[in-house]
Formats: sequence, structure tokens, C-alpha cells
Amino acid sequence: MFVLIVRRTFQSIIVMLVVALLAFTMFRYVGDPVAMLVGQETSLQERAALRENLGLNDPVPVQFGRFVLNMVQGEFGISYQIGRPVSELISERLPATLELSLLAALFALLTGIPMGIYTALRPGRWLSHFFLTLSLVGISLPTFLIGILLILLFGVILGWLPTFGRGEVVDLGWWTTGLLTESGIKSLLMPAFTLGIFQLTLIMRLVRSEMLEVLRTDYIKFARARGLTNRAVNFGHALKNTLVPVITITGLQLGSIIAFAIITETVFQWPGMGLLFIGAISSVDIPIMSAYLVLIALFFVLINLTVDILYNVVDPRLRGDMRSSLG
Amino acid sequence: MEVTERIRDSLHRFFDGDFWYSFTQSKITMISGGVTAVMLLAAFFAPLISLQNPFDPAALNLMDAFTPPVWAENGSWAFPLGTDNQGRDLYSAILYGSRLSLFIGFASVSLAMILGVTLGLVAGYLGGIVDVVIMRVADVQLSFPAILIALLIDGVARALLPNNRHEDVVVYVLVLAIGLSQWVNFARTVRGISMVERNKEYVLAARLIGISRPLIMLRHILPNTMGPVLVIATISMGVAILLEATLSFLGVGVPPTEPSLGTLIRIGQDFLFSGEWWIVIFPGAALVILVLSVNLLGDWLRDYFNPKLR
Repeated sequence: MFVLIVRRTFQSIIVMLVVALLAFTMFRYVGDPVAMLVGQETSLQERAALRENLGLNDPVPVQFGRFVLNMVQGEFGISYQIGRPVSELISERLPATLELSLLAALFALLTGIPMGIYTALRPGRWLSHFFLTLSLVGISLPTFLIGILLILLFGVILGWLPTFGRGEVVDLGWWTTGLLTESGIKSLLMPAFTLGIFQLTLIMRLVRSEMLEVLRTDYIKFARARGLTNRAVNFGHALKNTLVPVITITGLQLGSIIAFAIITETVFQWPGMGLLFIGAISSVDIPIMSAYLVLIALFFVLINLTVDILYNVVDPRLRGDMRSSLG
Repeated sequence: MEVTERIRDSLHRFFDGDFWYSFTQSKITMISGGVTAVMLLAAFFAPLISLQNPFDPAALNLMDAFTPPVWAENGSWAFPLGTDNQGRDLYSAILYGSRLSLFIGFASVSLAMILGVTLGLVAGYLGGIVDVVIMRVADVQLSFPAILIALLIDGVARALLPNNRHEDVVVYVLVLAIGLSQWVNFARTVRGISMVERNKEYVLAARLIGISRPLIMLRHILPNTMGPVLVIATISMGVAILLEATLSFLGVGVPPTEPSLGTLIRIGQDFLFSGEWWIVIFPGAALVILVLSVNLLGDWLRDYFNPKLR
């Protein structure tokens, strides 16, 4: 177990370093940082001084080392376009994205799992067919189109829900939340649904196929032979084993939810990190781009690491494999 | 004479064969095949069947802007599906837009396929350090969503190219971005197959008579991978079309002067609140129908090449 944690952590650090190298290369070689920072009328001497000040004349490995060091301390430089520290910009927008992503994940889990269980236990029913057809449509409908259709229906035609922004937010000092005001919750409904719907279909299909797989195994047959009620077999025995892979995959999907939030945030003009990133791409704001890249990579690596370790804790069979492969 | 006979012969074999039989066995597959064919043809012959050239600013008249579809009040037969904010006929714009989307889809899937199949073959056949390096890269890339990778490549290209040049080459940037974000699936599958095949006796025999390694990979191992590669290519095609539409919708794809389906939807979103719903709905419907039928074809192909799943 300990060996596994050390090895996985080491791998994660390597991945982060590679991503940092990528971000550094982008930062340093895509366009000239000095030219981006100064105006037209800055003299050559001033430019050279600034270049020296920023340490751009040092050997490249030294620069990279400093870049990583700054990054670890949460220092990502200053945005070319907005002229404020990137770390400030990101920490302002992080709560909006995280709130949206977590709510979407929660929604996907709470509806996806029951739908998956139902389609597995009652395969012939019309409701199962309906769910499955819905999931196919859900996969083929691009996220942004779902968002637009929702806006058209609930925002324009019915006029029930606000169509952009976060509504009123409450500032808790280090965190801004929309969950405490009515307009904040109303504003959250459509974006969270839009973001969650793809994950919902994914979870539903996964639960269904895992459940069908488990229901075929011998120990389920044995449980039935012992005369246990359907309820005990389905939920006590089958569901428990179904949920292990489901939890893993959902954990891994959390990272992509944060990434896919870019699209949802654009549709609903949600003031999160994704919107910041899209703006940075259009205006070639490299510091924001590389900071976002590093941050998302960090999310992914941390989630992967946690899921890997948790998986080993939850499923004892894997631990046995590990030991036998090591010894 | 001989050529036509040979063509007739191979057509006979095709229609009597297993492949065609399996195709005709499912109504959904036949419908989606038909829809895909119609959309491909419509996109290909777009200049012939469209009412105007939506990419030509001279053909557009601002006076026609926001004309509703023909069945609504003030609709006109000149613009069966209505017009957008530039007075662009939506029916023609959808034809040209799907042409663009399909071109980017085909080109990027081809790029991903060539790259992925080559790397997969090399990794699987040679093994060792080459395999480790290629697969490590693939693993890391696979843990990030394709949309993020495509966005980053697009962003870097934007920064490297001066502004005015970017619009000219944006289609190729998109092909590159989408292609590079899709190669991993090809590489993993091909690697798996070639690792199995390289230990088989016919490969050993080929090595024994002195055939070079590239030739063995190309002539003996590659043919074994064609079925699964075709399946992945079809599925990737759906993904690529969606990716292009998404990038264009996000405003980092095809510019509004030569709109693809995603760009049209982006344009239309601005006018939802003033009631011009048709600018979003028709391109959106075209996109969904296209992607849905490609996905269904992909599902069928997967079942066909993998009878165990049936």
C-alpha cells in the first residue's frame, strides 16, 4: 500500500513537471513577453532593462526552475490584457466554477444511478427504452445546444429562469456563493443541468452494464437460491459491487466536468475560470492560458491519485494482486 | 469491357456478402446510413443545390436580414429556412456549413488515423522503450478531455500566427488541433493488435525469409487492424464534428464570414431573445442529425466487427 502511494505520487509529480514544462515553453517562446508587456513607445534600452529584470537573459534551465518555484507558490505572472496578477483573477473565479461543477456532478450521480438501476432491473419496460433512447440523444446533442435549447424554453418562452450570470452572490471573504440567495440558486439550475446531462448518460449506462454483469454472477444466483428477497439481492448484494467502478469513474469524470464547464460557462456567461480561459485564448493572453493549463492538470492529477488510492482501499481484491505482483 | 465486368463482379460480392447483409438487418442502421449518405451528397454538391453562396459577401443583402422561415408570416420562398443577421439564406448556409464541418471532420480523423496507426504499429511491434514512451504520452493525453487539448493547440497557433494570417489558415489549425487530440484511441487499439500478431507464426515466417521490419508492419500486421480502425474512425468522425462545432461555438473556430454549423449556432444565440429562434434551431438540428446518424453507424460497425458483443 505504501509502495503504491509513493510510486503514484512520484508519477504524478513527473506528469506535473511535464505540464509545467509545456506551460513554460508556451509562456517563454510563444510571442515575446517583453513586447506583450510594454507599449509601442518604450525605448530599446528600457526593453533591455525590463528583459534583464524579468530574468529573461538567464540560462533556460534557471528560468524554468524559477517558473516552477513561482508556480508552487501560486504565482503565475501578470495578465497581458487585464494587467492584474493571474492568481488574483483565478481565485476570484474559482468558486463559480467549482460550485457549478460540484452541483452538476451531484445531479448526475443522484439521477444517473437510479436510472441505471431501473434499466438494468426492468430491461423490457417502456420506461427503460425511454431512458436508453434519451441517453443516446444526450450523447449526440452537443452541450452548448442543450444549453441554448434550455435558454429558449425556460428563459425566453416561459421566462422562469435567468439566462446568464450567477445572480446575487454572497461574499464569504474567501469564497463567493450563489447558493444562499434565491436568484443565485435560480441562476445555477440551468447551467448545472446542462453540464451534468452528459455525465448523467455516462453514469446511467455504466451502472446499467455493471449491474447486468453482476446479476449474472454465481453469488447472486446463490443468494436467490437461499431465498433472499429480490430487494435484498438487488440492493444489498448486486448494487454494492456495482458501485465500486461507478465511484471510480465518477471521480475521474470530475476533472472533465471542470474542463467541460468552459462550454457551459460560455453559453450562460457564467463568470468562472472557463470563461476567463476562452477570453484568454481569443486575446492570446499567454499567462492566463498557461496558469489554467497547470491548474487543470493539477486537478486531474490530484483526482487520479485520490481515486487510485481509494480504489485500492475499497476493493481488497486489488491489494492481493499488488502483493503477488510485487513478491 | 473487362473493367466493367470486374466492377460488376465486386459489386455482386459486396451485395451478397456478410457486410451488406448485416447492414440490411437493422432498420435504424439503414436509416442512419441513408441520412448520412444524403447529408454527404448534399454537402458535396452544395454549390449546385444551394440558393446563394453564403460565403460571398456580395451575394448577401442586409435588407433580407432576419427573414423568418417560409411558413411563418413574412417568410419568403427565396429563403426557405429564413435568414440570419447578415441576410444569409440559412438553407444555403447549412449546406456550406456542413460541407466545412464534414471536411474538417474527415481531414482531422485522417490525420489522427495516420498518426495513431503509425505510432500504435511501431509501439506494438517494436516494444521496449519506444513502446513505453509512446504509451506514456498517450496515457497522459487520454486523461485530459479532447476539447481542452484542441483548445490549447488552437490557442498556441493563434499566438504563433499574426492576426490577419490566422483567419486564412483557421481551417487547417482546427484540423491539426482536432486531429492531435484524437490519435490516442487509434494508437492504443492498433498497439494491442500488433502485440498479439507479432508473435504469430506467419510473422515469424516473414521475418525468417528476410522481409524488413517496416514491410512486415505495413503488409502483414496493418491489414489485421483495419476493422477496428474503421470502427474507431467512424466514432471519431462524430466526435470530430462535435469538437469543431464546439470550438466554433466558443468563438475560437471558423470565423463568422465563412460559418460552419457551430458558428451559425453561435451567431444565432445572440438573437434568441429577440425571437429569431430559427437561426439557432435549423443549424442545430442539422448538426444533431448528422452526428446522431454517424454515431449510429459507428455502433453498428462496432457490433459487426465484434460479434462477441452481439
